[in-house]
This record gives sequence, C-alpha cells and structure tokens, in this order.
Amino acid sequence: MRSDVSQFDLTAPETLDAVLTQLAAEPGKHTPIAGGTELMVALGIGRLAQRSLISIQHLAELRFIRVEGDAIHIGAGTTFTDIRRSVDIARDLPLLIQSASWTGSVANQNRGTLGGNICNASPAADTPPALLAYGATITLVSTTGRRTLPYADFHLGYKRTALRPDELVHTITLPRTFADYRHYIRKVGTRNAQAISKVALAAVAKMDGDIITDIRLGAASLADRPTRCTAAEVVLISQPINEDTIRAARAALASEAKPIDDIRSTAKYRAAVAENLLEEFLRSLL
Amino acid sequence: MSHQSPIIGTSPIRKEGRAKVLGEAQYIDDLSLPGMWFGATVRSAVARGTIRSITFGEEINWDAYCIVRPADIPGENTIVHLTKDHPCLADGMVNHPEEPILLIAHPDKIALLAALKAVHIEYDELPGVFTIEESEAAVENNDAARIIWPGSDAGGTANCFRQYLMYSGTAEETEDGIAAAFEAADFIIEGEYATGAQEQLYIENNGVIAECFRDATGNIESVCVRGSMQCPYYLVHALTLVFNLPEEKCRVIQTETGGAFGGKEDFPSVIGSHAALLAMKCGHPVKITYDRAEDMAATTKRHPSRTRHRTAVSKDGKLLAGTIDFAIDGGAYATLSPVVLSRGTIHAPGPYKWPFIRVRGKAMATNLPPHGAFRGFGAPQSIFGIERHMDKIAKTIGLTPEELRRRNFLTTGDTTATGQLLSDPVDMQHMLTRALNEAGYHEKLARFAESNKGSAIKRGVGFAAFMHGAGFTGSGEARLNSVVYLDALPDGRAQILVSSTEFGQGTQTILCQVGAQALGIAYEDVIFHQPDTKFVPNSGPTVASRTAMIVGKLIERAGKKMLETLRAAGLSEHHSSDEFKACVKSYLAEHGTLRSSVRYEPPTKIFWDDQLYRGDAYPGYAWAVYVAEVAVDLNTYMATVTRFDALQEVGKVIHPVLAKGQIEGGVAQGIGYAIYEKCMWKDGRMMNNQMTNYIMPTSADLPPIHIHFEEVPCIHGPEGAKGIGELPMDGPAPAILNAIENATGIAFNTIPVLPEDIFERLTSLGHPHGGSEDFNLTVDRDTRVEEVTA
Ligand SMILES: Cc1cc2nc3c(=O)[nH]c(=O)nc-3n(C[C@H](O)[C@H](O)[C@H](O)COP(=O)(O)OP(=O)(O)OC[C@H]3O[C@@H](n4cnc5c(N)ncnc54)[C@H](O)[C@@H]3O)c2cc1C
Repeated sequence: MRSDVSQFDLTAPETLDAVLTQLAAEPGKHTPIAGGTELMVALGIGRLAQRSLISIQHLAELRFIRVEGDAIHIGAGTTFTDIRRSVDIARDLPLLIQSASWTGSVANQNRGTLGGNICNASPAADTPPALLAYGATITLVSTTGRRTLPYADFHLGYKRTALRPDELVHTITLPRTFADYRHYIRKVGTRNAQAISKVALAAVAKMDGDIITDIRLGAASLADRPTRCTAAEVVLISQPINEDTIRAARAALASEAKPIDDIRSTAKYRAAVAENLLEEFLRSLL
Repeated sequence: MSHQSPIIGTSPIRKEGRAKVLGEAQYIDDLSLPGMWFGATVRSAVARGTIRSITFGEEINWDAYCIVRPADIPGENTIVHLTKDHPCLADGMVNHPEEPILLIAHPDKIALLAALKAVHIEYDELPGVFTIEESEAAVENNDAARIIWPGSDAGGTANCFRQYLMYSGTAEETEDGIAAAFEAADFIIEGEYATGAQEQLYIENNGVIAECFRDATGNIESVCVRGSMQCPYYLVHALTLVFNLPEEKCRVIQTETGGAFGGKEDFPSVIGSHAALLAMKCGHPVKITYDRAEDMAATTKRHPSRTRHRTAVSKDGKLLAGTIDFAIDGGAYATLSPVVLSRGTIHAPGPYKWPFIRVRGKAMATNLPPHGAFRGFGAPQSIFGIERHMDKIAKTIGLTPEELRRRNFLTTGDTTATGQLLSDPVDMQHMLTRALNEAGYHEKLARFAESNKGSAIKRGVGFAAFMHGAGFTGSGEARLNSVVYLDALPDGRAQILVSSTEFGQGTQTILCQVGAQALGIAYEDVIFHQPDTKFVPNSGPTVASRTAMIVGKLIERAGKKMLETLRAAGLSEHHSSDEFKACVKSYLAEHGTLRSSVRYEPPTKIFWDDQLYRGDAYPGYAWAVYVAEVAVDLNTYMATVTRFDALQEVGKVIHPVLAKGQIEGGVAQGIGYAIYEKCMWKDGRMMNNQMTNYIMPTSADLPPIHIHFEEVPCIHGPEGAKGIGELPMDGPAPAILNAIENATGIAFNTIPVLPEDIFERLTSLGHPHGGSEDFNLTVDRDTRVEEVTA
C-alpha cells in the first residue's frame, strides 16, 4: 500500500439524492466510487489524486436490469456478474455478456460495475465496444435533472467524458432490436484472462442475402477513447461481401484507426489486428 | 527391514499442507514482534553515477525516524557471495537503478511513505551499459567511461565477472580436431540464440524481521533474522561480514515461504542485512517487506543470455565438431553469476556426443539490478540455444529433427563434453520414441501439414531433448560438506534437522518420506524441524535440484545409522512402528539422547578439475524429452500452446503427486518464458514491474500438460532418486519455438516471442516494425502513470 489511507475521506450517503446533493454542493471536490476496482488500484500504488470519495456501491437505485418494450435499461451500478447472470441480456445483447465475461477475473466481476468501466474511460476498456456496436444511450443525473445522450458522444478524448462533476451515470440503455443481426466480438489481450485489451472489436450486422443492410462497429484501443468505426461502416453498408468490399473496409478502418505504441503493444500491430478481426467478421457473414 | 510398506513412491499428505489449507500458516507479514518497527529502502533513481548530495526534506520530523547510512555498518559494507563487489548500501556511487542507498525505519509503517519521498538525492550521472553487446563493446573499444566493473581477484576482468573455457579433450587436441572437422565437414551451420530476463514471481514477496541484541556494555552481541528464504546459511554468512560477528552469533530462521524459484536464494542476504542494520540502530525489531512493484523492480531475475553456435556436420547427420559461445548478462554486481554461467556452460552441448567441442562462457556486467538464481540456473538459457540449433541443423541438412538427434544422442558408456563417463544406463532413443508416441507427434505432423493449408490457424509440433545435472557442479558438493541430523525424540518419533527449506516444492514431505522409509516407521512418525540455524546443521542451500538427491541420501544414511544403533540396543529385524518407539524410549532412558549425524560423502569417486573444467560435472543427470503442440492464429499473431507432453527419467519418483506438480509448474513457467513474459528495460530500469503488464500466463493460457516418468535408479540419491526441481524449466522454450517453426515456417531464435514479434516477421517489409522492441515503455494507455502529490 503506497497511500496513507488516513489522508482520504469516504462517505456513503444513503440515497442517490443525497449523493447528488453532495456532489452539487461542492462540484469537483468529491469522486464517486462504485466497485472501486479502478480507484483502489490507484490508491494501492499511491496515485489516487482524489481525496474525498463518495461511495455509490450500495445504492440499489443504480443496480438494476430492466426490460421495457424495445429496450433494456441497465443501471450504472450493475456489476459484470449481474450482467453475466441476466437471461435478458444473454438473449438480446450477447456481445455485452461476452465482454463482461472476460473483464478481469471473477473477483473483479463481482465488484466492478458497468458505470465504473465507462466512466474510467480507458480506451482499452472491455464493455464500450459492445455498447458502441449496439448503439447505446446513456442517461446522466444530477440535482438539476436528467439528460440522455448517445453513448458514442460520451467519450470526448483521452480519459475525458461528457460527465459533469455534479453528475452520475444513471442508466445505460440498449435497443433490443438485434434479433436478426449477426454478432461478433473478439478481444485480443495480453493473455486469456486478467488482461487489458491490445485491441478489441465488437460488431453487429444485418444481412439481406450477401448484402450488408446495416452494420455497426465498436473498437477498443484503436484511438485515445473507445470508438465507433464509422468510416468502415460507411464503405460496408449496402455492399455485397466480396474481396473488393473487404479490401475497402480494411482500408477505411486503417484510415480512421489512430492507435499508439505503449507498454502493451504497438500501433502497427493494433491496426493490423483490427483489420484482421474486421475481415474475420465479414467472412463469417457469408 | 520392517513391517512398513514402502512410503517412497506413494503420495502422503504434505507435512505443511494442512496449515496452508486452513490458512494457519504464518508468513513473515503475519508475524510481529513486541515493539517492532518497520523499515524501508531509499533507492537509486539512476542507473549509474556518483551521489553528489543527499538532503532530508524539512517537512519531516526526522528525529522520529531511524536512518542507516553506509557509515553505520559495523563490519564490511558488502553482501558477500563469491566476491565482495556488491555493497550492502551504495557508498558514493550507484551502479544500477533501485540500488539501496539508505535505510529508514519508523514504528508506523505508513509514516515511511512521506519520509521516502522527502529524501532528495542528486547524482552526477555516468554513462551506463545495458546489454551484453554494449558491455562487450566497451571492452573492445577500450571505452574507459563504460567500463562499469573493474575486475576482481576472483577471476573477473573489466566488465566481465567470469569466463570459462571448456574443451571435450585437451585444449590442443580439441582445437586441432575442431579445425580439421570444419575443414572436412559437409555442412557448417551457424546460429545465434537469445533469451530474456524472467521474474520469479513467487506469490509472497521478499520479507524479513530482524533483531539485534546487545550485551550489558552496549556492544552488539548477536543478530537474528527470520524470514522468507531458501538458504538460511547464506544469510548467516552475509551477516557475519556486515556485523563482523562469528557465525554462531548470527541466527537465521526460515519462516513459511510462499514460493522462491531461486529468487530467495541470494536476495535474502540483502534484505536480511538491511533489516538487521535498522534493528541495530533503532534498538527495536524491524520488519521489511517489499510490495510487488518494489520486489519486481529491485530484486534478482533470470540472466538474459546469448548463445552462438558453429557446428560441423556430415551429410549423414553426425555432429563432427562444434564451438559454442555462451554469454549471460549478470547485471551490476557479480553475485551468483559465475555459478549460473558454469551450469549454463556445462549444459550448452546438450545430450549429444561431440567428438570435438569447445564451449566458451562469459558473464558480462551491465547497469541492471544484479541477475540471480532462477530455477534452471543458466541451463534453460544454453539448452534453448542447442535445442533450437539442432532443429536448424536438421532443416539445413535435410533430416528430421528426430533423426538428427537419434544419430547423435549420448548413450550408456559414452563420455559427456566434460569427459564424464555415463556409467548408469541412459536410453535417449527410447525416451524420444516414448515421448513422441505419448504426444501423437507423427500423426500430428502429418495431420497439421494438411489442415494448415488454407487455415488462419497454423498448428505445429516440436520437441526438445535435454539433460539436467542434479546437485552442485563438479567439486561443489564436496566443498559444501553438508551435514544432517536425525534425532530420536522422547515420544519415539524421529525428527529431521536440516537447513534445507520448504517453499512449496515439498522438501519437508519428501525428506520425511525418506526418513520414514530408512527407519522402517510410519511417515507420521517423522517430523521436520523448522530451519533455524541455532538448531539445524548446514545441509547446504536449497538449490540446484540437490535436496531430494543429496540431502535425501544423507537422511537415508542417517536413518540407517540410527537403526544400527537401535538394533544393537535390541530392536528386532522386522520391527513395527511401535517397537521402534519402545526401543527409542528405552534407549533414551539409558543414554539421554540419540542423534544420528551424517556428513556428505560421494557414494562413488567424483573427479572434477576446476582449472580445466573437466571431469564429473554432476553426481547425476535427469534426462528428458518434452513435446509441445502449438496453434498460431494469423488473425492475432498469437501463439498458444495447445498440448504439452513432458517425459523425464528421474531415478525414482519419491512422491508422485508432488513430482507431477513440480513438472507441471515448471512447464507453465517455461511457457511463460517462451511466449509471454518479457522484462521491459529502459536504461536499466524494469518498466513493467506490475502483474498487469508483466504478462505471466494464467491457467486460462495453459494447455493440458501430460506428465510421464521413467525410473532408472541412481546411486547418489535415496532409493535412486535424482533431482527434478529445475529440469522442467529447460525444455518448454525450445520445444515451443520448434513447434512454432513447424507451424509457420518461421524460425524464431529469441525469447520471449510475443504476438507483435510474430506479426513483424509474418508481415515483414524487410525492416523491423511493430515488433515488441517497438513498445513505448513510458506510455500506458489503460492506466494513468503520472505521479500525484500525496
Ligand atoms: C485486476 C483487475 C483486472 C481488470 N481487468 C479489466 C478488464 O479485463 N477489462 C476492463 O475493461 N477493465 C478491467 N479492470 C478495470 C475495472 O475493473 C473496470 O473498469 C470496472 O468496470 C470499474 O468499475 P468499478 O465500479 O470498480 O469502478 P470504480 O473504481 O469504483 O470507479 C471507476 C471510475 O468511474 C467513476 N464512476 C463509477 N461509477 C460512476 C457513476 N455511476 N457515475 C459517474 N462516475 C462513476 C469513478 O468516480 C471512477 O472515476 C480491471 C481491474 C483490476 C483491478
């Protein structure tokens, strides 16, 4: 432990409202902590800058999975284990189940939350590619009310999000309209478990014969934030799958990918593997 | 003989297993002594330089802290191994990142954090060398600024801790033979092979608690260090110099040890001396435990290596002659490098007949933290070289890897490269046949050749054949002169007293099995004394695959000796456990004590010439053939081991479950060594000193590991047992890389091979790009790395 825990404050207000009031009273002073599987790592190695933590882990108001009509609503406090156990998500959103299943270890999954995963905003995080492919929306709350935005607009830059200091993520909403879509997700990590992604790709596509009528691609570690690969989507939509299409899609993905060299991998490797994964997906559609 | 059925060869419950399973085992961080303080280490921020100034920040009340500087050391400022080049605390000059400079202690562990940050050290930096090549270049170019190690009176020269020159015969004869063979050979095949550093990654980090006792006049009377370690008497030796005390005043106690793998062979001498110095100065017991990041950044790892082969071969696949140049990176101080180099040098020729061979070994100095012992101790490095090279030779001359090896295997009655006669039966032909059959090698070769066509998954099989010497090299065992005690206790049980330690591998269990069998009593009636140098004799360090064979043999002899005494006192020939106990009790009633003390004597003559590096290199060898099956995914460039078969001839399997565990664990470590674990260095500093970015394989990355044993008893071990501890580390890396070559057609000769390296080679544009050498070690996109002010 490289932090002096006596230098940190932790409060746990009983209700969501009380948390929001406290956040609003001193914006930026307090940091919400859910499962703590990001923040406690920073604390352990002596790199947690935030001194005042507000626990939201116990808030039942943030921990739910609700099916309503054409959508599934998932509370920000829902753990990976909750997600893995949900038959509704398994039926409608298999990519999300997959990504939850390979996030960290079982111990991580028991504590770590969906909200924490996206608010931590690592470009390598595991659930964002699936959320992007499914076209999720995200609902933020504060004492002044709620606002909902496309999840694709949530990530503004490297570890920067649209979240205001007085806000919490409340709900992630996903459409249940992928029954006749083909689903694909693959994580290329440093190893098969307890691994950070070097690159990952999630994809859904709707086919009419060999023509792609709809396609969405979400990627991890291809840029400074989780990204939807719209350039590749554009060249694929309404196209038949053939060698030309595959080549064009690879080129489009290469044009929009902005990976970097870091301690886990190289930019060239990440870009090449992302293209390979896209090709693997496209060929699987035939 | 007794009524007891044999216990050797069965798998009784582990002696220390119950406490571990119940969570009752007390590791060093679970222990506390009254009034205990906590210690921490101020470390070098640069790789090489002189210390210009040390200032202590005014925000700290330093009166509340104890600070140890080099001047406080009552004896010599050295951590003694083979020479005294390694300071206990850097004095004026640092030679590697994370080198200890000062020690601090405080009653409150948390208070150390702020203090560590408040010590400001300024350096005048000097140029460093960080690879074998840079170190060699400095010598070749006479670059005085980069001569980072001056030489020693123990055989070292500038930047080189030690060199060996080993010939298969007399120097002149061999050189002539080599020259003639290279002249006449059908093929001359050259190759260069390199291996990286590897972290031991024991579960429990290094940690100790030290006490210092003074007499009535305030003089230091004795010190006592307890902690996580392999070799209590190594630490005793280190303490005698640091404190200028006789051996009996330096007591060392091994506590429950959560893994070691060699990483707690030499390093406890450092942390143990540090804690004892703090205890001396502050007048309280002092505990130092490292956290993972400190342990990984500052303590020893496996030596990186480079092996160059040049081999003359006839067209029918006979090895005619060879030269091998083996070099290891020792880090900043000599520590154990000469011994690691020795084992690597001797194992470099592999299990083959060489009419003429010359092996040169050298250990170079670099400004990395000193590399140290790690399971295999030099052998995995040079065996990687020879076993990759054999596949290269086979490919070049158009034989199968199998056939080439068959034509050159050592066999019974042959002499090894050091001139050792193999008098015990050796049958590598049979070993190879069996291993390949167990693995389904031939069937897979054919099947994969077909299924790889048009598949993005390329599968392959490969193998490695090798031998591993058990016990200390050459005259080492004679020099160690190990002693064991076996005591008869008042309740009629027997107790083993040795300095050999349990650190997860099963020392207690197997030695008790050997004791029970020798005494003809139940396993439960033999107990193991905690290794505490106040009570146990020096049975040598727990290293070098020597415990089962060498110490086991001593226990066996001690048991037989005790039985003789008891027989003379009336114990019947076919005694039961109860009769044994009764006899012990009556013996003790009459004589007070019964201790059987036995000292090492080689069962047969062992000749070794340290100057010529010739003779009987090891008392016994274990022989093995390992077969790896891999899949390389061309979409992700990841290689995965999909099945592993490990066949070894080990003399006698003492405890089948533990033996299997040793092999399985070693193979897993070998897989990590080959394709996952890369120590990433920047100016001598390990940048990935966390488990999130030092990629050790998990159970989800490991294949089914099939383990097969053969038993050909060896006279040097109890019931014929030879050592197996290090063996499984040797084979996996070359077997896996041979399999990757079989799968992809690409020869990788440097480990670890990461997916980025496979990517680079498969998509090569003729220049290096995107391989693992291009990692940017200062950036971590997932985890912010900037410092915060606390
Ligand atoms: C050993 C280990 C392995 C891991 N492996 C993976 C992996 O494979 N893949 C992966 O993606 N991640 C991995 N992680 C990271 C982590 O587990 C996940 O990111 C997890 O989802 C974080 O959730 P949490 O609730 O624990 O976050 P916390 O640590 O509680 O919070 C993380 C951040 O989110 C903010 N936050 C949390 N909830 C909200 C909310 N409702 N509204 C606003 N802000 C909020 C916090 O303020 C903080 O900034 C691993 C972590 C560890 C320790």
